[in-house]
Amino acid sequence: MSLLTAERIKLLSTRSPWWCGLLAIVLPVGFTVLLATQVNPTNAPGFEFTPAATQGTASLGRAVVMVLAALAVTSEYRFGTIRSTFQAAPQRVAALLAKSAVVVVLTAVIGAVVGFGSWAVFRALHSGPDLDLVTAADWRSVAGEVLVFALTGALALGVGILVRQTAGAVAILLVYALLVEGLIGVIPKVGRDIQHWMPFFAADRFLGIRDGGDDLQNLPLGPWAYLAYFAAITVVVLGAGIFAAVRRDA
Amino acid sequence: MIEAVGLTKRYGNTLAVDNLSFSVPTGRVTGFLGPNGAGKSTTMRMILGLDTPTGGSALIDGKRYRDLHQPLRTVGALLDAKWVHPNRSARAHLAWMARSNNLSAGRVDEVLDLVGLTGVANKRAGGFSLGMSQRLGIAAALLGDPQVLLFDEPVNGLDPEGILWIRKFMHRLADEGRTVFVSSHLLSEMALTAQELVVIGRGKLISQSSTEDFVAMATENTVKVRGPQLTALRSELGRAGVTIRDEGDSLIVSGMDCADIGELAARTQTVLHELSPQRGSLEEAFIQLTGDSVEYHTDLVDGATPATLVPAGK
Repeated sequence: MSLLTAERIKLLSTRSPWWCGLLAIVLPVGFTVLLATQVNPTNAPGFEFTPAATQGTASLGRAVVMVLAALAVTSEYRFGTIRSTFQAAPQRVAALLAKSAVVVVLTAVIGAVVGFGSWAVFRALHSGPDLDLVTAADWRSVAGEVLVFALTGALALGVGILVRQTAGAVAILLVYALLVEGLIGVIPKVGRDIQHWMPFFAADRFLGIRDGGDDLQNLPLGPWAYLAYFAAITVVVLGAGIFAAVRRDA
Repeated sequence: MIEAVGLTKRYGNTLAVDNLSFSVPTGRVTGFLGPNGAGKSTTMRMILGLDTPTGGSALIDGKRYRDLHQPLRTVGALLDAKWVHPNRSARAHLAWMARSNNLSAGRVDEVLDLVGLTGVANKRAGGFSLGMSQRLGIAAALLGDPQVLLFDEPVNGLDPEGILWIRKFMHRLADEGRTVFVSSHLLSEMALTAQELVVIGRGKLISQSSTEDFVAMATENTVKVRGPQLTALRSELGRAGVTIRDEGDSLIVSGMDCADIGELAARTQTVLHELSPQRGSLEEAFIQLTGDSVEYHTDLVDGATPATLVPAGK
């Protein structure tokens, strides 16, 4: 318990998590406002006015949350405070699990604000029953951001622990999430099949983003299985990071 | 009490710490002396469980560091004053450390007061001078009111006022009955601060003794004799069984004092141009003992001043 409080003080006593958190909310919600003011049934006949459609820009927030989570540990390596951390808590697994828990809680909160915020501003600009949260799938799209953001935070933290350098970790995470996954699909024949097993693709399938797309039919997993798959990858990466931190000299 | 038994650390082909065994007695200031790169910091990191030894072990009161419950209550350490997030306030830095070991928030204010940082407690640590950072580091080390304290080169880079402050603080801690283990590459500094000395070079133990014994052992007292014609005196001295060394046109005699040599010179009717006692400096003693164990040795000629062999940086 004391380790959790210590990690909370550590995370919230510098400015970068606050700025990252703010940006992670303002960017996707702001873009949703922009989208909602411009889109209407006449100029975008293919646009489905569903709760899932309000979550299209959440991936922007996810990218910022990855920076936040990676920074939570790489800045400790950068400034040497990781040594104070391990000095205060020589049981490194416990110390890093406490850090993970704090990061997960914070990113989950950000996810909740982004999910419900995006949905709320979209609905405020397009009132109608189509955007009400009725079905389980509707709730999964909006409230699901809580889980997806939390897991994204833990995944990025794991990469941060493994890489230990801010620039390296952030470059890997952003290039991967924003470019690699999309480009894989371009490879002829096998590209699509590989893409179906990419972690952030899995996260989007859990949320049900663009569910009706032609390229998203006949997928290997259902939404909840995709979430479990995304969670499994997160656990493996974070576990590898903690394992490495225990083995390495601080 | 800190005890190192066969402590070894290997980085690739380099043996940073080589089968090092020593003990740091309770309730005294023990200096940890060695040239730069001798393995002092590595040894301290192994004592604190930050680096895993390749072999051997380091025990604090019979326990490995990682087996200590709430270790800040047992061992306080300042390895590097810059290990603070620059955008975190001094108070927040101490607050999270205190919380992690279930220490009260009041204790944070106490240690801030102790090192005189209360006035800047809410300022970001990145703006601190080295002296202030050092004080913050000491405040962090004292948080848990530990009986054992480790300091790695605490006076490095400080101005004279800061050095004096640290030195007095060390003595105060020892007077309170705490065990203080402090490293330095400056013997002159250690001679003022430490009662015991653990001396290492290239990761190996050179000696462990009281500071007094070490200085006495290391500095030999000699007499310099210079004159135009010393042959007769030399043979008389040889008969007296003292050690004679030639240095240019003079003799360096050890084992006989100035008065006796003067009388001997009178008896042999030797003209003397100089008869002076020589006392080796602490730096010379240190270099003599650590000798070849300085890493990145420079081929300095004999005439070079010893001080240049002890670099100022870390």
